[in-house]
Amino acid sequence: MSVSVVLPDQLRGLVPDGSNVCLPGDPGTVREALETLRRHHLEVYHRIVTEQGEVRPHVNLFVGRENIRWHEGLETRLPEGAELVVLPAVSGG
Amino acid sequence: MPEHPSGIQGGAGDVVLMVGTTKGAFLLRTDPSRQGWVMDGPHFPGEEVFALSLDQRGGRTTLWAAPGNPFFGGSLRRSDDLGATWSAGEDLPIRFPEESGLSLKRIWQIQPGRTSEPDRIFLGVEPSCLFESHDDGNSWSPVEGFMNHPHRPRWEPGAGGLCLHTIVPHVSDPARMLVAFSTGGVYGTEDGGVTWSPRNRGVRAEFLPDKHPEFGQCVHKVVNHPDEPDRLYLQNHWGLYRSDDWAGSWRDIANGVPSDFGFGMAVHPGDPDTVYIVPLEADTFRCTPEAKLRVYRTRNGGDSWEPLTRGLPQKDAYETVLRDGLCTDTADPAGVYFGTRSGKLYASRDAGDSWSLVREGLPPVVCVEAAVLA
Repeated sequence: MSVSVVLPDQLRGLVPDGSNVCLPGDPGTVREALETLRRHHLEVYHRIVTEQGEVRPHVNLFVGRENIRWHEGLETRLPEGAELVVLPAVSGG
Repeated sequence: MPEHPSGIQGGAGDVVLMVGTTKGAFLLRTDPSRQGWVMDGPHFPGEEVFALSLDQRGGRTTLWAAPGNPFFGGSLRRSDDLGATWSAGEDLPIRFPEESGLSLKRIWQIQPGRTSEPDRIFLGVEPSCLFESHDDGNSWSPVEGFMNHPHRPRWEPGAGGLCLHTIVPHVSDPARMLVAFSTGGVYGTEDGGVTWSPRNRGVRAEFLPDKHPEFGQCVHKVVNHPDEPDRLYLQNHWGLYRSDDWAGSWRDIANGVPSDFGFGMAVHPGDPDTVYIVPLEADTFRCTPEAKLRVYRTRNGGDSWEPLTRGLPQKDAYETVLRDGLCTDTADPAGVYFGTRSGKLYASRDAGDSWSLVREGLPPVVCVEAAVLA
C-alpha cells in the first residue's frame, strides 16, 4: 500500500478532489515523501516546507500518532501504508 | 463553511470594492450612483487576505488576491471573471531562491505596473522584498538588487512583521520606483531595480536613539498622484510628511491633526493637493483619538487638515484603520472608503464630505481597494 498524506482543511483546496494525497513510489522516509509531494503537488509542498527545505515552524507532521520532531525528523521511517498527517499548530482566533 | 461565492457581475461605470480581512475577502459592487452595495463572499474563507487588486490595463479585468495563513504562508490567486472562479498562475507558488535564506510569509501588496507596461506586476512581501512579473503574473522572480541589499541584516520587523507594503512606480520613468517597508523606511531605485538607496531624509524614527538615521524608519504608507508624480505624502509611525523631490527630502505637514500617528493614507483621484488620513492616538493606543471616528482631509497639500465627521460616530468609537484600509475610487465626485479592525466598512461618495456605513460585522478589515469598472 502507498503512503498517503492527510491534509488539514486549510490545504485541501489545493488538490484536485480536495481530499488526501496518495503518494506513488513507496517513499521510505518523511523526506522522500515530501520530495514526492513536491513533484506532484508543488504548491502543497511549499505551504508545508520552506524555501530552505525545512518544515514550517508552526506546522507539525505526524506519522501515525507520533510527531516527527520527537523522532528522526525528516528521516523518520514510513511503514508500508503509513499516513503522514499534516497539522497546523493549534491557536486561537 | 459559507456557501461558495459566485463573484460579482458588473458593467462599465460600476464601482467595485475589494475588502480583505483576516478571515477571507469580500467583493462589493454598486452602480455609478454608489447608493447601494451588493456583497459577495467570503472568498478564501478562513484565510487572511492582506492584498487585493483589480488590473484593468490592456483591456483585461483581472482580480488579484493574496490569501494566506500564518502557519502555511502566503499565496497568490487570480480571477478573470470578477471572483466567480480563481486560479493560480503557471509558475506559482511565489518563493525565494533557496540560497537566499529567506522564506515567504505573506504577500502585502499587489501593484500593477505602469499603463505602458501592461504585463508587468509587482508584489511586496514579507520578509521585505519586491517580486516582479513581466508576463501578466504567470511567472515571478524577486528583484535581486533589493533582495540582496547590504542593509538587509539591519532591517528590523515592526509589529506587523518585516513587510514591504508600499510600491510606487514612477508614472512616466520606468527606471524609477519607490518602495516602503517596516522597518527600513523608503528606498528608491533610479536604474530599474539594480540598485536601491534609502530616501528618508527628514523622517523621524521616534523609537530609535538616533531619531534621524539613514534608514530604519517605520514608514506606514506613501501615496502620490499621477499628475504630480514627484510629490509624495507619507504617513509615518509618528509623523506626517510631504516630499516635492521624489523622496529626496521630506518635511513635516502635521498641521492641525489630533495625532500624527496612523496607518492609512489615500490621495484624491482628481486633485494632487487632496489627501486623506485616519489619525490614531498613539502607537501604545492604536485607536481613534477621543473615541471619535474622524477622517482628516487636506485640500492644500498638507498646509492644513480638516476633520470629516458627518455620518461617522463621534462617541465611543475606539476604531483602528490599518495601512491599506483607506482608499479612493476614480469616480467624480471621488469615492472614499475605509474599513476598520472591528469589521465596519464606510463609504463616502462626495469626496469625504459625508459618510455612510456600508457593512458591519465583517472580520477585521486589513485592506480595502476600490475601482471603477472600465
